[in-house]
Amino acid sequence: MRPFDYIRADSAEAATRQVADGGIFIAGGTNLLDLMKLEVMAPEALIDINRLELNQIEETEDGGLRIGALVTNSDLANDTRVRRDWPVLSRALLAGASAQLRNKATTGGNLLQRTRCLYFYDRAMACNKREPGSGCAAREGFNRILAVLGTSEHCIATHPSDMAVAMRALGAKVETLKEDGETRQLTLDELYLLPGDRPDRETVLEVGELITGVVLPARVDGRQTYRKVRDRASYAFALVSVAGIVAMEDGRIARADLAFGGLAPKPWRDAQVEALLVGETPSEALFNKAADQLLAQARGFGDNDFKLLLARRTLVSVLTELTETRT
Amino acid sequence: MTEQFKMDAPATERRLDDMAQGLVGAPLDRPEGALKVTGTATYANEWQIEGMVHGVMVRAPGNSGRVVLSNREAVAKMPGVLSVIQDDRLLRNPAQGTANKAPVQGAQHATYLGQLIAIVVAESFEQARHAAQALKVTLENGEMVPVDPATAAVEPQEDQTLDQGNLDGAMSEAKHSVDVVYTTPSHSSSPMEPHASIASWEGEDLTLRASYQMLKYNRNELADSLRIHPDRVRIISPYVGGGFGSKLGLAPEAVAAAIAAKELGRPVSVALHRQQVYEATMRRSETRQRLRLAADSDGRLSGFGHDARVSNLPGETFAEPVLQASHFLYAGANRKMSLELARLHRLCAGSVRAPGEAVGVTVVENAMDELAHEVGIDPVELRLRNIPEKDPESVKDYSSRRFREALQSGAEIFGWAKRPGVKERRDGEWLIGYGMASAARINALMESQARVTLLPDGTARVETDMTDIGTGTYAILGQIAGDMLGLPRDKVDVILGDTNLPPAAGSGGSWGASSSGTSVYIACEAIRRQLADRLDVNEHDLMLKDARATYANQTKALTDVLQGDEIAKLGHVLPGETSDAVRQATFGAYFAEVAVHAASGETRVRRMHGSFAAGRILNAKTARSQCLGGMTFGIGMALTEELTFDPRDGHVVNHNLAEYHIPVNADVPQLTVELLEERDDWASPLQAKGIGELGICGAAAAITNAIYNATGVRVRNYPATLDKVIVGL
Amino acid sequence: MQTNVIINGTQRRLELDPRTTLLDALRHHLGLSGSKKGCDHGQCGACTVMVNGRRINACLTLACMHDGDEVTTIEGIGQPGNLSALQEAFVSEDGFQCGYCTPGQICSATAMLEEIRNEWPSHVTDDLVGGAELTNEEISERMSGNLCRCSAYPNIVEAIRKAAGKGA
Repeated sequence: MRPFDYIRADSAEAATRQVADGGIFIAGGTNLLDLMKLEVMAPEALIDINRLELNQIEETEDGGLRIGALVTNSDLANDTRVRRDWPVLSRALLAGASAQLRNKATTGGNLLQRTRCLYFYDRAMACNKREPGSGCAAREGFNRILAVLGTSEHCIATHPSDMAVAMRALGAKVETLKEDGETRQLTLDELYLLPGDRPDRETVLEVGELITGVVLPARVDGRQTYRKVRDRASYAFALVSVAGIVAMEDGRIARADLAFGGLAPKPWRDAQVEALLVGETPSEALFNKAADQLLAQARGFGDNDFKLLLARRTLVSVLTELTETRT
Repeated sequence: MTEQFKMDAPATERRLDDMAQGLVGAPLDRPEGALKVTGTATYANEWQIEGMVHGVMVRAPGNSGRVVLSNREAVAKMPGVLSVIQDDRLLRNPAQGTANKAPVQGAQHATYLGQLIAIVVAESFEQARHAAQALKVTLENGEMVPVDPATAAVEPQEDQTLDQGNLDGAMSEAKHSVDVVYTTPSHSSSPMEPHASIASWEGEDLTLRASYQMLKYNRNELADSLRIHPDRVRIISPYVGGGFGSKLGLAPEAVAAAIAAKELGRPVSVALHRQQVYEATMRRSETRQRLRLAADSDGRLSGFGHDARVSNLPGETFAEPVLQASHFLYAGANRKMSLELARLHRLCAGSVRAPGEAVGVTVVENAMDELAHEVGIDPVELRLRNIPEKDPESVKDYSSRRFREALQSGAEIFGWAKRPGVKERRDGEWLIGYGMASAARINALMESQARVTLLPDGTARVETDMTDIGTGTYAILGQIAGDMLGLPRDKVDVILGDTNLPPAAGSGGSWGASSSGTSVYIACEAIRRQLADRLDVNEHDLMLKDARATYANQTKALTDVLQGDEIAKLGHVLPGETSDAVRQATFGAYFAEVAVHAASGETRVRRMHGSFAAGRILNAKTARSQCLGGMTFGIGMALTEELTFDPRDGHVVNHNLAEYHIPVNADVPQLTVELLEERDDWASPLQAKGIGELGICGAAAAITNAIYNATGVRVRNYPATLDKVIVGL
Repeated sequence: MQTNVIINGTQRRLELDPRTTLLDALRHHLGLSGSKKGCDHGQCGACTVMVNGRRINACLTLACMHDGDEVTTIEGIGQPGNLSALQEAFVSEDGFQCGYCTPGQICSATAMLEEIRNEWPSHVTDDLVGGAELTNEEISERMSGNLCRCSAYPNIVEAIRKAAGKGA
């Protein structure tokens, strides 16, 4: 870990200025310090934002929730409103990491966690994300946990968050504050960049731009689930995950909001998959057609080829669960 | 003063059965428990020593070539940095268990990626860590070296070759046969405490506070590595945060700490980072195993073939002894076995819990399951029909062997009779299956010494350099001494883990308890004789209980017998003729119920039971815990554990606990264990055999056999991760 | 960098390199080596302590970020001769072998029982809105952030049930 200046921010505005020159915000720190110990990340300053008043969950006028960026994963998962009306989010959070990590990790930090690609983590290996232009050792290395969608020849990393997958299915928006005082809202689709030829750039956030919160839209009718498939029963990253919100009307699918983890450099959502489902009567054939659509552009890199089959099976299973008539 | 005992004849007297105190075998709590649950037991990197500084080791970024430290001077000038050391005495890789001498040394050349080639020492850990990361290491004149066991050059292990009868003939004539190839990946011991050493010198005398399993060997390994006399070296290791083989032999951090401490004249602490534990300590070799089983229409074996390929670094003689139990577990007149060692540039291969049987028995038990399905009989019945009367190769008798009882009792306890047919049972989206496997592990007695002192106040002290790596040594040595001397458990103080104490067998190979326990027993017997002399009775007529001696209708307090004296005896046990006179091994059986998700292929172990026979059980609580641990290793081996190597440079890709998946609590159901009552007179005067590793020797096969039962999918390449199951669903 | 932290009820003033983790501050600077370093990356749970009543990985937080916080380590939970109910149960149920993960397990379990009392659901809780029972499955899931290579998991579950007064 390189030496750094430690600065405790006492206002969001100050923090955005303090971070501008080679600094980085630290909240929970559970991923940042992990990477700093390995010098995969080596900021010159840490701007500690933990004292900012961004740890509230408030109801919005239109029936949604505004989640402060510093709300911990535990507090968000355990919020009674979230458990009742946005259960897919609680489920995703509870499926992630461990209780200890959830107690420290924050909403903003979770959105910005870095990939778990083992080549990104190893400074002896080529990685375009860590060191632009050095190459990608993962493509022809051991790539079992890596992406099959949204990759580029420069990077096949996945985004590891469970929470963000649920938020993407829920249509959440990220609120930010820029150094010049301007605020903006971004969908998760807008927030994240695909690797392309600049895998080191993971989001559209500008230097000094601080995530201040996430807004969930009002609850919608339907069933919600988060299915996480992983190597261990607990405390493991997703190989594939599906966040699903499905509503039925008269035996037909009226809503199918679906997001996927473990497959891509960002929480994945495919409007065409959902369009294909809505208005239709549930059937295994239909679900497989949805999977065909989801995976139309997917490609594996050897060790991770199984993710195509796993994603298909998991999607079909989740859709079956969410559309079946309960007795 | 020294009582020497050589195990040349069966110990039929079974004296521990007659002792009145009643400690041996009882499920007593660990005496050090209160220290461990309060965080006050002191592990290696927790000694607070005046003036101590911190060292962090540096890895080679490639697998071949001359090491160049290009910015060494600049790093040496970084804040807090005291020294950057690249020394020819640094270890290339750890010593193998019981090596007793230095392993290959040298930091000038890289042999595998991750090799620790330098150490940076600084005033603080934070300074040392950063400086170590800042050190630029390049490799010059590297060559293309083999890293893949499938294509690397191999060396046949001639001494492991067996050709008895005609296996090929038996295979072609057999009514039923199985000829299958399985692979198991490399495993990591992954103890929770990373390797750590604190070295401090007083003149020419070195004290190392460290985390090792076999101190008498480690002391000689350290002395040889430093080219000093062993008398100059003391190793202290009272608490070891898990070993599982990875701390059998001296590892790189110990030598680095000693060299740095000498150079700086200050105590130096070096703790390996978890990544370094994965990259530069020990791995279990991956294996490729071909099993050939020939059977008649009833499933009786006429042939048994087992051929394996394992790997190791150039210069290392250790070859995972895959065939070890194959020689004696099952019948079959026609037998063929071979082992070959591939030479490659991955980190060193050595002992990981139950070297040999952990992977060897597992694959045998998979093949037996395949044969049971071929023959169409109950897999338990197949095993029962193939328990040989005598060792099928040496024709020696077995010592105690409650193998049949373990199979039958385990089946009964588990409810094996209610097993479903293949792909027959379903619970919602989960496919349910049962599987079973046998357990077998060789048994050994090793030289070991302990001093027992009966003190004038009627308490006793047991001293030996034996270690307790979680195995229960503190508990069982106190129980043995307490029984022999007639003292309540809390009147016996057990002091371990210091090479200033009599040298013990060490914790490894499952021999620790019976070997060090016997040395204590021998010393106590001598003390008993001396007490009997004082009372002028025959030692066998002396009953000791609750610190009182009863003899010839009299009773007397031990303190009165001692009259202010202390009696100290050194017990010294040596293996003898019983080691080779009979086939000694431990046996058991595992039963597992799994649920496999029909969509994802994820497997969860729902229930698992083990019945084991390992001679006398010295402490039913700690022995059971050892079995729980072994079975859990089996769960990991079956489902998740695999060191993955980059196909291009052979480095360990998943070098952390997030991606090397040892089981978590949620992976492990409430396992059940049955310990069968047994006495093995050939094993030791305690009639005890080793139990530390038996729990893993075949366990994984019970689970993968259950996956087959649930799904009809045979995963022949361990571990049975969902990607391998899902393709068959 | 100066930081004031209340550790096991006592105010401690620390003057540390800002890079010092809370774990290293405890182990190297405060003589509290009960909290263990197993991986240093939040992947094993051996360093679990409670900060303001909540369990966290002390290895993944900087000491300087905890000015004014209350930290409870294993040393604050009980001492030899004065064991907490959980510590006693870990001894009697053999909820450990080598003992290295044990302080983390016990800190974690102490906080976990409080989480159940506060009706926090877990990944395996069927009904997110109702509370959770202290079943084996719930304990195992909630304790999965604490690895134990000796694999005392079944005994850890028993110890926690026993301490919680809900033994089978």
